[in-house]
Amino acid sequence: MATIQDFKTEKPTWCPGCGDFGVLNAMQKACVNLGIEPENVAVASGIGCSGKMSQHMGGYGLHALHGRSLPNAQAIKLANDKLTVFAAGGDGDGFGIGMGHFIHAMRRNIDITYIVMDNHIYGLTTGQASPTTEVGMKTKTSPKGAVEQPIAPVQLALAQNCGFIAQGFSGNIKQLTSLIEKAIQHKGFSFVNVFSPCVTFNKVNTYDFYKSHLVNLDEDESYDAHDRILAMRRVAEANNIVVGLIYEDPERASFESTLPGFPETPLVEEDLSISEEGYEEILATFR
Amino acid sequence: MHEQIGWKVGGKQGEGIDSTGDIYAIALHRMGYYVFSYRHFMSLIKGGHTNYKIRAANRIVRHHGDTTHVLIAFDQTTVDYNWHEMVDGGVVIYDSTSFTATKPDDANVNLCGVPLTEIAKECGNPIMKNMVAIGVSAAINKFNPDDFIPVVQDKFGKKGQAVVDANMDALRRGYAYFNENFNISFPAPPVPERAEGDDHLYVSGNSSVGFGALAGGCRLLAAYPITPATEIMYWVIEHLPKHGGVVLQAEDEIAAVNMAIGANFTGVRAMTSTSGPGFSLMMEALGLAGMSETPLVIVDVQRSGPSTGLPTKTEQSDLNEAIYGTHGEIQRIVLTPKTVEECFLLTAEAFNLAETYQCPVIVLTDLYMGMSYQSIDKFPVAAVEHRRGKLITEQELKDLGVYEYHRYNPEVKDGISPRSIPGQKNGRYVALGNEHNGIGIEVEDLETRTSQVAKRQRKLANFQHFTGVSVDGDSDAPLALIGFGSTWGVLEEAREELEEQGIKVKHIHFSRVFPFPETEFHAAMESVTQGLVVELNTTGQLTELIHKSAGYHGVLEKCLKYDGDPIGLSEIVSAAKKTFKVGVHS
Ligand SMILES: Cc1ncc(C[n+]2csc(CCOP(=O)(O)OP(=O)(O)O)c2C)c(N)n1
Ligand code: SF4
Repeated sequence: MATIQDFKTEKPTWCPGCGDFGVLNAMQKACVNLGIEPENVAVASGIGCSGKMSQHMGGYGLHALHGRSLPNAQAIKLANDKLTVFAAGGDGDGFGIGMGHFIHAMRRNIDITYIVMDNHIYGLTTGQASPTTEVGMKTKTSPKGAVEQPIAPVQLALAQNCGFIAQGFSGNIKQLTSLIEKAIQHKGFSFVNVFSPCVTFNKVNTYDFYKSHLVNLDEDESYDAHDRILAMRRVAEANNIVVGLIYEDPERASFESTLPGFPETPLVEEDLSISEEGYEEILATFR
Repeated sequence: MHEQIGWKVGGKQGEGIDSTGDIYAIALHRMGYYVFSYRHFMSLIKGGHTNYKIRAANRIVRHHGDTTHVLIAFDQTTVDYNWHEMVDGGVVIYDSTSFTATKPDDANVNLCGVPLTEIAKECGNPIMKNMVAIGVSAAINKFNPDDFIPVVQDKFGKKGQAVVDANMDALRRGYAYFNENFNISFPAPPVPERAEGDDHLYVSGNSSVGFGALAGGCRLLAAYPITPATEIMYWVIEHLPKHGGVVLQAEDEIAAVNMAIGANFTGVRAMTSTSGPGFSLMMEALGLAGMSETPLVIVDVQRSGPSTGLPTKTEQSDLNEAIYGTHGEIQRIVLTPKTVEECFLLTAEAFNLAETYQCPVIVLTDLYMGMSYQSIDKFPVAAVEHRRGKLITEQELKDLGVYEYHRYNPEVKDGISPRSIPGQKNGRYVALGNEHNGIGIEVEDLETRTSQVAKRQRKLANFQHFTGVSVDGDSDAPLALIGFGSTWGVLEEAREELEEQGIKVKHIHFSRVFPFPETEFHAAMESVTQGLVVELNTTGQLTELIHKSAGYHGVLEKCLKYDGDPIGLSEIVSAAKKTFKVGVHS
């Protein structure tokens, strides 16, 4: 069985204190807890500080293009469904340039886990406004304060009826680990949005901010994560500043299980050749 | 007796022109003729002008031909658009129930009014006017109406025997009406003999690409609908799942190409198919595949650009984009199949090249090649191979130990370092678009950068492959017709016609433009003092590529066409005679 040590790679280049360390830690722990070997993990990531996740995770990595973690990750899973597949990236990556893929990944429901390190800012490009930057926040590209309404990722996912939605916080690795474990175990697309503070460029959404404002739904016994309407109300009431398992539909059938003719054998193990009868059947259609 | 017949039906889009053409074409193919059909259509659903040209001959034909013997016109526009390509004495059948056709005084064609709609109504449904028209055509081409029963059965059998009978009735009445009222005919030639071992297949470039992909081991196609490439998707959706593959309709072409990359990274042969606008959206990902040395196959069925351009018209103007597209510099291979058989074989081969050289391979076809259907003798099925390139084995990885595998080892002589596949123990690495070191970690030091660039550069340095240039005709000819891709068929006929007129000309044709087949091209050009490059774009992209890669300044002239229509035989012949100043060389 793999230990956390087996997932360790070279030292990440994130700023000391960056929330992404916590996310990395939680992802690795979740894999170890579930007995997943590093060679059976694949992470496709976008571009950004958070995009470095594929390099640090310790599994196979595809450090793709800005905004394109999801199409790559979905295809990796279809190509070999024995792998545990993550897509990972930032809020700019996922909700800006890659937003289209996010909506469609929820629609398509391939069994991958999408981790967004939501720091409400563009980190790697040194501090521009992001799609989740709050109104009024000053950034390099909104020097007088952002005026656009931020995207509410969890609410968006609820509206799109995503089968698994969780929100975590880098400052609570224990909870985050358990959320990621559940996300991996969910058979279908799972979305984990993580408040992952950028200690260098975001002085508003800090660890302290989250510690004093976060509502933890996992600790609320009256909360039912199978009730989507309730989830919508509770997340809206808390203005999205909630953590925990927000919603899960355990019955939701994945793309792989519903696509007619989806092969039993992983694609990667398929024989490339076509039998003589196979050829004959095809040629007959041309006559 | 004509050795070929040209037949065309035209009308408004949505009027059943396609199904009329399909029935006639498939019937003639099944009779044993070599058929080539070309659909002229517009980017709209109802209205406009559409026509369907069929050329049927007693030998293989590789384009739809310049001339028409029989034109079925459902409206006056069809007559106005098409009478000029009719042979002297050709016949125009118009639907006299709905209009009275007119023609210019100097047009030597016969206008024959047949009440197509009225006869169809008598058979029970005006919609069957198409079948009446087919009956009329059968009379002119001297076929037996019974020859059409199998096709009509195939087409309408699902709707019940009554529908089949009614359609055959309409066909027979059209046949009888024409024979009773007119005495004009263009008899089809005798059906050609089929050589021993030959099949007789009716295929399009798009279906051939789909088949080639499947035969080549493609097990995942991700694509977004776009004319004229969508039919590849249709074909693959029908056949791939039976062979353990998956088709994804992506949300856009950016997703499609990234999905193809993700699957290839995982060890599955995967591709995407598209046309110009989608291909443009794929440029950034093309660079990712190049930089991360991930195999990738993209099929670009070119259409008239730029931008949305003429979505339903043909062109060869993505050559530069295929060769030079994406920022920075990457290694890639660009194949330009010249026949439908090559669409099959080179698509299959594209996967071998992509995995051998760990780089993107672009297969460039075009609307004309992709959407036209033609009869061929057989597919080169036996020529298909699966060569997976360098893959590191479990044992090698075991011997190496943890974190000792260098996916991007810059030391490898030929620049091609073995790949590992996710799931392999000790094979972990990161495939990435950032510049990276041997194990796939992004680094920016000068030495790593230079050595990795040099590594990738070496991969195609001594590229050898059976694709390249083909030479047809007299190898000593001082004159040459030069082209790439879909124009091979029409250029071959142009060469034959020029030779018949006593002009010594050869035909040099590219089925791979990049890496440029320099040696073969020089050899082909050895006897040539003057060449005419025929290409369907505005700037002469192939001509420029030849100049850049091989020289021949002052030797090459250009014959360019970019109005959206495929180039005709007579256009090439007259351009060649003008360029070659016939009489001087012959
Ligand atoms: C197509 C493209 N556009 C722009 C960029 C530049 N870029 C790199 S990362 C980034 C934003 C990063 O922000 P986010 O995704 O929130 O990640 P973070 O760095 O905050 O983790 C941008 C704009 C790029 N790499 N590619
Ligand atoms: S800039 Fe911000 S997001 Fe990037 S590594 Fe530093 S703290 Fe983390």
